[in-house]
Amino acid sequence: MIERELVIVGAGPGGMAAAISAYENGVRDILLLERDQYPGGILNQCIHTGFGLDYFKEILTGPEYAERFIKKIKAIPEIELSLRSFVTLLTGDKLLTYFKPGRIETVKARCLIMATGCREKTREMVHIGGTRPSGIFSAGLAQKLINIDGLLPGEEIVIVGSGDIGLIMARRFTLEGAKVKAVIEIQDKTRGLLRNVVQCVTDFDIPLYFNHKIVKIFGKDRVTGVSVARVDSDMREVTGTGFKIDCDTVLLSVGLIPENELIEMAGVRIDKKTNCPVSDETNKTSVPGLFVCGNAFMVYDLADSVSKDSEAAGRLAAEYLKKIGRAG
Amino acid sequence: MKIYDIIIIGAGVVGASISRELSRYKLDIALLEKEIELAFGVSKSNSGIIHPGTQNPPGSLKGKLCVQGNILTRQISRELGVDFKEVGELIVAFTEEEKLRLRELKKEAESLGVPRLEIVDSAWLGKNEPNLSKEALAALYAPTAGIISPYRLVYDLSENAARNGAEFFTETEATAIEKKEYFEISTSKGVFRSRFLINAAGLFADDISRMLGIDDFKITPRKGQEFLLDKKKEHLTNRLIFPLPTKTSKGVLVIKTADGNPMIGPTAEDIEDKDDLSTTDEGLKNVLTRARKMIPLIDGSDIIAYFAGLRPASGNDFIIRHEDKTPGFINVAGIQSPGLTAAPAIALMVCDLLKKSGLTLKKKLIFRSHRKKTIHLFTEPLKKAKALIKKDPGYGDIVCRCEQVSAKEITDAIDRGAKTMDGLKFRTRAQAGRCHGSFCTARLMKILSEKTGVPLKDITKRGKGSRIVLKDRRDD
Ligand SMILES: Cc1cc2nc3c(=O)[nH]c(=O)nc-3n(C[C@H](O)[C@H](O)[C@H](O)COP(=O)(O)OP(=O)(O)OC[C@H]3O[C@@H](n4cnc5c(N)ncnc54)[C@H](O)[C@@H]3O)c2cc1C
Ligand SMILES: Cc1cc2nc3c(=O)[nH]c(=O)nc-3n(C[C@H](O)[C@H](O)[C@H](O)COP(=O)(O)OP(=O)(O)OC[C@H]3O[C@@H](n4cnc5c(N)ncnc54)[C@H](O)[C@@H]3O)c2cc1C
Repeated sequence: MIERELVIVGAGPGGMAAAISAYENGVRDILLLERDQYPGGILNQCIHTGFGLDYFKEILTGPEYAERFIKKIKAIPEIELSLRSFVTLLTGDKLLTYFKPGRIETVKARCLIMATGCREKTREMVHIGGTRPSGIFSAGLAQKLINIDGLLPGEEIVIVGSGDIGLIMARRFTLEGAKVKAVIEIQDKTRGLLRNVVQCVTDFDIPLYFNHKIVKIFGKDRVTGVSVARVDSDMREVTGTGFKIDCDTVLLSVGLIPENELIEMAGVRIDKKTNCPVSDETNKTSVPGLFVCGNAFMVYDLADSVSKDSEAAGRLAAEYLKKIGRAG
Repeated sequence: MKIYDIIIIGAGVVGASISRELSRYKLDIALLEKEIELAFGVSKSNSGIIHPGTQNPPGSLKGKLCVQGNILTRQISRELGVDFKEVGELIVAFTEEEKLRLRELKKEAESLGVPRLEIVDSAWLGKNEPNLSKEALAALYAPTAGIISPYRLVYDLSENAARNGAEFFTETEATAIEKKEYFEISTSKGVFRSRFLINAAGLFADDISRMLGIDDFKITPRKGQEFLLDKKKEHLTNRLIFPLPTKTSKGVLVIKTADGNPMIGPTAEDIEDKDDLSTTDEGLKNVLTRARKMIPLIDGSDIIAYFAGLRPASGNDFIIRHEDKTPGFINVAGIQSPGLTAAPAIALMVCDLLKKSGLTLKKKLIFRSHRKKTIHLFTEPLKKAKALIKKDPGYGDIVCRCEQVSAKEITDAIDRGAKTMDGLKFRTRAQAGRCHGSFCTARLMKILSEKTGVPLKDITKRGKGSRIVLKDRRDD
């Protein structure tokens, strides 16, 4: 079986920054596995600006931000980037199995960094009742459909939750000529960045309801509307405050959950509520030599912070490999 | 115009079972289904349990057919390559009074012919079901209970029936029926004619029957809400866990499903609207409370999906009969639970009724009883998966990450008749995992569009009116 010094899973900003930093700290054998056809992770669909202000002191779009890291990776021959490589199994002693078109590979990592990012919470996870017609999307899926595939998911939109992706999509839909009828947030303040509330919602006169929730989704084949009601401080519906909004699309932006099923499989301790690894120090886990960085470690607001913290993961990996006596 | 020997209205598990059974004989058979794909009615949203026959009134038709169906399903699943797992069930008593009722239940079930029943005590339960509430006193153990994927069963039954000559017409809704020399069935796709007519229209069986003037029964939908848990919780229980039954239902269960996700439910609510498949906060609360009483470990945050199904109930039993007033017309109505289990026995009973009403059943020279098992990568051991990928690289191209469904399985499903996103989901499990399609929807739409020639913007979730996206901006 093949053994590699350092294996990194996920070539988003997290995994790429970790790979570069591990190299700069002396690691000379790095395998970077990415299931997608391209490196860049979630940044590839974020065609809006708002990246890099911290890290590069410049305002970039998501793909531009990713491109800077991709260039660097490609210039370092000691980093082997393996695309369309989908890791499906992981054991406690860092044995990885991954699918590639045409074959299944198994590799043993002396040190491992997981940078698998996160997924969006679904309607089911926040228990919204009603029917299950077409027209219900996670904000990220809607973003992918519009920005990458050129498809418009709907024309009259209600957005549930005021996470950044939801806010950004409120603007995106409006610019596409669709009507965003409301953003409904159960908390008394936004979950996203203030600049996104202003630039994506207020500037476009989109009603933003705080302390409100979607009670039900209506429609047999396609969404026809939602019912909304105010909630009290215990998040319980206040009777008599309900109203209906007609729409053909419901977008969910109700939070992200780290994708940590693989490390859970390997026996790493996971916090059941947040799905983050239980840890007393950034990037470390309960298994020595197994690090987690980027959105898989905790949900970050900014890609810039992901890059910074992930560099630390690269350093930790280099130190670990030195300690066990095989680096360089 | 072709005159069929037999037309069956409705392609749920009942219609599909009947068509497959009849396809053994030299007959021209057509199946008419109003939806765009098969199994889009009640047969897609149920608990997937092949019941042993317990919890049925002694002497009931449904009890008798359930016991027979449990036996028949085993052979059918072997022939068709559908996974059937005999996991067994426990009906659990929490009070002394309930404990006494277990004996009655056992006696009733034995009178129906349910085999190998046993009453087990709390020590047995502690050892064999460690996650069961410590307050459980005893249980009735029925080892012959099993689980199956209900929609895949329908797809495989129909595929096999079609291979043996039965014809399937989808998006073909029966709207009026006349009995002249033949049955003349007006549909959204023209008029069909047949010598015999079988009504297996599920929730709408009363409407169909009324078209021929027989209106002595009414179908009342009884809603059941079900909640699926993350696959991580697969080993929550080793068996199906039931409370004691009430008069109208088997109660809220902790279910094992064929694909690994545990499920809790269903509720039992009599409603009016045959289209009302909504779930409610009360339903969720009710199901969670009851399920946690049996398995306290279950948590609301484990829920990854939910749905509702409507039991097509008419009174307390099945209605399966030849209508002497309209010779050649057979009603198969009120097929509430345990209809999934009983379906193969219902099919045999219908054959019998046809024979009695004058149809000659002559065996075909060749009946192809077996079909090749559909491949699901996620159920294959690594070694087999490696071999598959070597043979066809498409198996290494994972499309749905949560359930590990490959591009090859998707194209296979389309070749086998999937036309919609739901059709793909039921056949392959793509979009059925924890991210609910956030990741794979776009890719699935593309494959479906490329293979079927349907433009991207016209791909639907489940047929007419359910397009996924409303506009392709490249058309502007
Ligand atoms: C819609 C959206 C808008 C955003 N807007 C902004 C913004 O304006 N400004 C800003 O600073 N930040 C923004 N962010 C946040 C920022 O993009 C993320 O914090 C950052 O991309 C996280 O990086 P990551 O590397 O941890 O995860 P990801 O970018 O998600 O990368 C994870 C990678 O791992 C791969 N992977 C996962 N599992 C496997 C496996 N089993 N096998 C192989 N590969 C695997 C994935 O394919 C992916 O490429 C936004 C995020 C989103 C989702
Ligand atoms: C919540 C729930 C849980 C259940 N659990 C179990 C279980 O664990 N085990 C078990 O054995 N049983 C169970 N059942 C019962 C079982 O699901 C049903 O008995 C069975 O699916 C009925 O099958 P069917 O073919 O009669 O109905 P359907 O699947 O509804 O098929 C009827 C078909 O007829 C079509 N149709 C209707 N009208 C027309 C028309 N005019 N023209 C053309 N086509 C038409 C419909 O579209 C439909 O596809 C459960 C039921 C529910 C609701």
